[in-house]
Amino acid sequence: MTAALRFDPIRLPPECEKLRKEVRAFLADEIAAGTFDPHKPNREDTDAPEFSRRVGERGWLGMTWPKKYGGHERSFLERYVVTEEMRVANAPTRRFFVADRQSGPVLLKYAPEHIKMDILPRICRGEVCFAIGMSEPNSGSDLFAAKTKATKTDGGYLINGTKIWTSSAHIADYMIAIFRTSPPTKENRRHGLTQFLVKMKQPGIQVNPIGQITGQYEFNEVVFTDYFVPDDHVLGEIDGAWKQATSELAYERSGPERFLETYYVLTELVRAVGKNPDTRSAEGIGRLVAQLHTMRRMSVSVAGMLQAGKEPVVEASIVKDIGTVWEQQLPHRVRDLAAFVEENATNRETLENQLSFAIKTAPKLTIQGGTTEVLRGIIARGLGLR
Amino acid sequence: MAESENIVAETAEKIFADLADAQTINSDKNGSWKAPLWQALSDAGLPLAWVPEDCNGSGASLAEGFSVLSAAGRFAVAVPLAETMLAGWLLAQARIASPDGEMTVAPASPKDRIALNADGTLSGRARGVPFAKAAKHIAVLASGSNGFSIALVEAGACRIEAGLGLGGDNSDTVTLANVKPVAIKPAPKGFDQTSLMLMGGVARSLQIAGALESMLEISVRYSNERVAFEKKISKFQAVQHNLAKLAGESAAALAAATSAADAVANSTSFDDAFFLEAAAAKIRCSEAAEKGGAIAHQVHGAIGFTIEHILHRYSLRALAWRDDFGSESYWAVELGKLVADRGADELWPLVASR
Ligand SMILES: Cc1cc2nc3c(=O)[nH]c(=O)nc-3n(C[C@H](O)[C@H](O)[C@H](O)COP(=O)(O)OP(=O)(O)OC[C@H]3O[C@@H](n4cnc5c(N)ncnc54)[C@H](O)[C@@H]3O)c2cc1C
Repeated sequence: MTAALRFDPIRLPPECEKLRKEVRAFLADEIAAGTFDPHKPNREDTDAPEFSRRVGERGWLGMTWPKKYGGHERSFLERYVVTEEMRVANAPTRRFFVADRQSGPVLLKYAPEHIKMDILPRICRGEVCFAIGMSEPNSGSDLFAAKTKATKTDGGYLINGTKIWTSSAHIADYMIAIFRTSPPTKENRRHGLTQFLVKMKQPGIQVNPIGQITGQYEFNEVVFTDYFVPDDHVLGEIDGAWKQATSELAYERSGPERFLETYYVLTELVRAVGKNPDTRSAEGIGRLVAQLHTMRRMSVSVAGMLQAGKEPVVEASIVKDIGTVWEQQLPHRVRDLAAFVEENATNRETLENQLSFAIKTAPKLTIQGGTTEVLRGIIARGLGLR
Repeated sequence: MAESENIVAETAEKIFADLADAQTINSDKNGSWKAPLWQALSDAGLPLAWVPEDCNGSGASLAEGFSVLSAAGRFAVAVPLAETMLAGWLLAQARIASPDGEMTVAPASPKDRIALNADGTLSGRARGVPFAKAAKHIAVLASGSNGFSIALVEAGACRIEAGLGLGGDNSDTVTLANVKPVAIKPAPKGFDQTSLMLMGGVARSLQIAGALESMLEISVRYSNERVAFEKKISKFQAVQHNLAKLAGESAAALAAATSAADAVANSTSFDDAFFLEAAAAKIRCSEAAEKGGAIAHQVHGAIGFTIEHILHRYSLRALAWRDDFGSESYWAVELGKLVADRGADELWPLVASR
């Protein structure tokens, strides 16, 4: 049983270190050119199309995908390095990240050939933005309560209903969404949902922005009224989306983005503390670094499992559970430790601004992408408890 | 894991399973299980696993030895196996041959010092030395005017005051008053007390992680047996979530410890990256022992609090091992200082270097 919870000490191979240097140099150039400020996570980075294109030009999107779709046939470990360097630098990745991590792999697996040939190369060039349409007003954790209906019509389906909390829907070109094509069965309440590729910016879709407590606008309500989806935009098995949705989760749940979202406050704390920390600060920083290092080693290990063709759903859930709880507590721990920092630390203002933003960000971290409670349910299942 | 690593670990597992079953040990009040276990371990060459063949050892690799310690942790074995392995490893650093029989290492705490006197004798005090009372020899790291030396000392030549650790194993105070060593040689260049503490810390991390694996296993099993309110308690969501958290702590401890072991096995110097790995493992595993152990006890209810139940063999030892070779607070301060000294912009490069 415990064999399933092994996280082998995978090391990043030399080509990853070479790549890391390239990514760092690229990001340094972008920062110097004023594309973004690495010390300001709270910018309005809804849109950075030129940056996305430049990342695509470097070959850092669709890295693991086949060349015939514009991919680069590189490893998950190489992709891992690019992701973490972008996160740590606070680069504006919102526009391409979901497509690269999640939507592209879904299309690769389930889309018809002509759609793959059309969309995947554009994702690799950094030209398209994707959104994920899972949640609905009465269906969040309980994904299978989704009601938004896809009704069969000539040559396709008519969609009616509402998706909610849809990140980036306001800038997205496409959404991969699940809609109800049949009622659930007695034996299987997960039955009856189908995954669709939805073209945004078409008649029949209305995107209504929803403000967040950070002051930002990142997620939305998306209302469908007799919106038409053609038959060839069905992804995978009709009524079988539940099988597909669960295998997506390992990609979504174990990456560096699941523990690095508030990382910047730790760097700034170390800066504020200076070369000669008192015992309290030193201990606090030491513990946080030990925890960070451990999670990263676990996360790299899961990337290694993905590379080996496994579906580490339980391991990925563990990384997300521990990782998001950590990144949620981090700003509060840093605040504790910063209380004793010299008043005249040169980066005091930056640290205070970052803390204010990170503390406001923190509540969502254990909700987005599946709540802590849901993840622990998945882990419990892996332990044979349900 | 290489093929041969598996064979050494499997040998250890088999010996533990045959001779160190937790239930049997727990009900044996006279400790009569100890001698046959030690004999079998010695016959298999495990206590001197890390000693080269020309120094009286079995010449196993570092990685093989670490997998033995993982197994020892899973069985919460209360014989000085890890200590003898560490002692043999320390002596081998100075190419001093290991004697047969139980050994331990001193100092076992970063703040204690043992001095090499001008006349070649050793003086000093080391607290919390595991199994000193049971040891025939002690491998000593001593500091003198010309740097560090490694010495083999007869335990009988030292004053040993017995102490008891949390787990019920000896954790003794060893006093050396002008003790003449059996053998003494200079430590290799760059080898200092921190090197010894980090190596000891990695050994303890693996043992803690192993104990957590077992605590997870017996807690899951118990939750599937115990019935309350007409249901197995494993069916209650609160219990499931507690066990999921225990699984997370166990997985984190194992990941940190095996990563550090892998770093030691493949590194040639005690540099910053090695320091990060070993210190982080000791910190994170100790935290996991606290959080994970508490959950294992919670799931077991009162039965787990009894001396008859085996849970305490794992939980108390995991807690006790936190203190050996530097506690998590100690290493956190040291790691924090290192990070501060390198500066904010070097933190991520350090973490990402692993
Ligand atoms: C910033 C952000 C971005 C998001 N982006 C997207 C997106 O792009 N696309 C998308 O589809 N969704 C998105 N979401 C939605 C997210 O996936 C859901 O919020 C999440 O799945 C929880 O659903 P809910 O909000 O309806 O909460 P609910 O499901 O109502 O849950 C409320 C509370 O009850 C608990 N709970 C519910 N059921 C159980 C149970 N069986 N056992 C124990 N506890 C339970 C939950 O854990 C939670 O604590 C986003 C959310 C956030 C915060």
